[in-house]
Amino acid sequence: MKKVKVDPKGVLTGSHYIDGDYAIAEGGLAAGCRFFAGYPITPSTETAERFSERIPHVGGVFIQMEDELGSIAAMIGAVWGGKKTMTVTSGPGFSLMMENIGLACMMEIPLVIANVQRGGPSTGLPTLTGQQDMMQAKWGSHGDYEIIALSPDSPQECFDLTIEAFNLSETYRVPVFVMTDECVGHMHEKVVIPPAEEIEVVERKWYEGPKDKYLPYKLDKDGIPFMVKAGDGYRFHTTGLTRDERGYPVINAECQSVVVPHLVDKIINNADKIIMLEEDEIDGAEIVVISYGITSRVAIRAVQQARKAGIKVGTLRLKTVWPFPEKRIKQLARKIKAFVVPEINYGQIVLEVERCAAGKAPAFHVPHCGGWVHDPNDILKVIKEAAK
Amino acid sequence: MAEIRFSGFGGQGIIRCGLITGKALSLYDNKHATMTQSFGPEARGSACSSQLVVSKDRVLYPYITIPEILVSMSQEAYDKYEPDLLENGILIIDTDLVKPKPVREKIQMFAIPSTRFAEELGNRIIANLVMLGFFTAVTKIVSPEAMKKALPGMVPGRFLDLNIKAFDRGYDYGGEVLKTAKPAKTKKKTAAKKKTTKSKK
Amino acid sequence: MKKEDRLESKNPMEGFLRMDRIPHIWCPGCGIGTVVTSFTEALKKSKLDLDKVAVVSGIGCTGRVAGYVKLDSFHTTHGRAVPFATGLKLANPDLKVVVFSGDGDIFGIGGNHFIHAARRNMDILIICVNNFNYAMTGGQVAATTPMEANASTAPYGNFEFAFSLPYLAEAAGATYVARWTSLHLRRVTKSIQEALAKPGFSLIEVITPCVTLYARRNRLGDGLNLLKYYYDKSVIEHGADTRTLDISYQGKLVVGKFVDKEKPTFLDRMNEHMTKILGDKYVKYGE
Repeated sequence: MKKVKVDPKGVLTGSHYIDGDYAIAEGGLAAGCRFFAGYPITPSTETAERFSERIPHVGGVFIQMEDELGSIAAMIGAVWGGKKTMTVTSGPGFSLMMENIGLACMMEIPLVIANVQRGGPSTGLPTLTGQQDMMQAKWGSHGDYEIIALSPDSPQECFDLTIEAFNLSETYRVPVFVMTDECVGHMHEKVVIPPAEEIEVVERKWYEGPKDKYLPYKLDKDGIPFMVKAGDGYRFHTTGLTRDERGYPVINAECQSVVVPHLVDKIINNADKIIMLEEDEIDGAEIVVISYGITSRVAIRAVQQARKAGIKVGTLRLKTVWPFPEKRIKQLARKIKAFVVPEINYGQIVLEVERCAAGKAPAFHVPHCGGWVHDPNDILKVIKEAAK
Repeated sequence: MAEIRFSGFGGQGIIRCGLITGKALSLYDNKHATMTQSFGPEARGSACSSQLVVSKDRVLYPYITIPEILVSMSQEAYDKYEPDLLENGILIIDTDLVKPKPVREKIQMFAIPSTRFAEELGNRIIANLVMLGFFTAVTKIVSPEAMKKALPGMVPGRFLDLNIKAFDRGYDYGGEVLKTAKPAKTKKKTAAKKKTTKSKK
Repeated sequence: MKKEDRLESKNPMEGFLRMDRIPHIWCPGCGIGTVVTSFTEALKKSKLDLDKVAVVSGIGCTGRVAGYVKLDSFHTTHGRAVPFATGLKLANPDLKVVVFSGDGDIFGIGGNHFIHAARRNMDILIICVNNFNYAMTGGQVAATTPMEANASTAPYGNFEFAFSLPYLAEAAGATYVARWTSLHLRRVTKSIQEALAKPGFSLIEVITPCVTLYARRNRLGDGLNLLKYYYDKSVIEHGADTRTLDISYQGKLVVGKFVDKEKPTFLDRMNEHMTKILGDKYVKYGE
């Protein structure tokens, strides 16, 4: 993993009062993204608008594609052309991208997709918030693979975690999703963008050996293959079919048994390095509230009330949702009475908590079917029930 | 801690009011200010609002619950949002555009013909800035210096001077009004914030 | 006899193909290989730096072309070769990007991408092998199947109207449009050569026999019978009005070069427009 200084042209150093959507665009530009292919969809469109306004001053391409199928296909093409690339979308567009998210996993493509979640299913609530695509982020494309998903809780984190998303995507050659939501996407807050020299980003893992020895999917010591770009004389081949080290299709169970474990293990085996958690008053807690994104902010109000009422409550915020912090949940499950999991959906991440807790501690869900954030009292009620 | 709602009809610059005030507070007055707005497919002309939650600590819950300050620049917005105003809150209206019901006992009302003043200054489009000046003077929730610093980038560059003039007009009028009225004060109780230590795992 | 002295190792296309992947998967009598031959001939004659030529394919029989050419080559998903090529070209404008795929891939599932890439005048060359059906999956009806022809999902004959690819391409904004059959080997080569030399969005449609499925199901005989049909029924009409190019079942095949015009490409337009609007503040791209 080679870290480099960012190109200062993309970094809008200073304090800004912007929304989460704009902050995602600024994070991408700061990280060196110079190719954005997207399709307008509420509530994410502001990111595309911001990018289209800024990119002519930075040097790069913004293209509004004909649909989300085209957006992600163009992004994968652009990565092979040597660019860092991102897009932004919401539920319906995320659904359309799923097929080529699979291609990106199979071709091992570093790219970033921000999903500003809204209420679903279908067209659902275009202008109102939701956290209902969390399972889709992990399982949405067919086949077995792993991705990385982060969940910012503020415009500032939209900026910070978009840069982090690029770094993770380059480190592990994998699509990374910034799973935010309408509330954070449209919320204006102060965002501090540091000077360019303080931002370090992960360089693509470029191949530097002899041209005729290049194998697109030969694993390096760290388990990640090297990349090249089209036009540099490698005359390489790559495909969405199950393939060997050369990138040639090999359609049999034997090759599949090498490729699929690799796609999964490169993430799972590095989970400890990838996962970012934020914990508060966990030691001695009887209840741990697990949340992510905007819900974690709302939950703190309930947690404060519960503490006043004498309940020992800790909080665990998932900045990284996928890969899931299995180890940490297992540890906690042995020590605490119960988990409380509020999320703006009908039960998604709570299923993972339950799976990891494996009966050692129950997980109480606080559902919300979208359109607004939780009433902190609803969370408080469940905390009290769990503490009984 | 304060919760503020700016309201009016689409096209009056109501969202701008929230943005300018939020920017002033969080970039130049050392406060935390979270702005949200109601999004919808509504056309220009219908009721719209922007909301600000202001705090000296980090804002957690991003939406307003019981606002203590309501700024209304249209009758429809007033009718829609007035009932939610805190019982001893502050109500600020454009005199010419809002005919208030009998004001609830403990509510303090301040009125300004902001649109008329803007027209006198040459363009009714800057009525929102007249209103912001007035709002700044009577609520004292944000400093006028911070508000003026926040304007570049929030209003078109070539109209910056005009916007500042509009702000001053409203601010001065607010000063005059205050000479005859008690300064605004709300007594909403806020939960004491406990500092928590965060660890990154 | 040493391996390298054997006649078959001296394949004239060797420098252009991944010989370690030959034999290919195409059926005897199939026309796709013929079009690949024309493509390699055209590349040879074009004197292009082959390191700067990339081939993108979608899914299907023709989609396998990317796997055999010894260039930077991408075998992508069904229908998405054109937007993939769009991203590749824009990310590295030095590349000559060629999409090599079938009628089902480009005009069925990928039709929307095709018309938008043409509208933008994206600088890519599309070589579309049209065999009138979805062959890889067993001969289903396609957007190009002539009316009355039989297909596995049109067992009583096709009753839908078919796309006329040159008409669609011209209407959408393509700057170079030609149609040939795989009988017109040298013409195909010449067209590819012309299109490779020309910036802008180009479509070369090549009608080819699908012996195993389309021909067998319609009792049209073997590859040779189809070439005979092309020979008997094709008429070269350069510059023909693209509105008149519908193909009826075993009917007349109007072939030729129909469109060859100048128009700024997407990147030309982007740079020209942004410079006009933003002046010195614009950071020029890809020049």
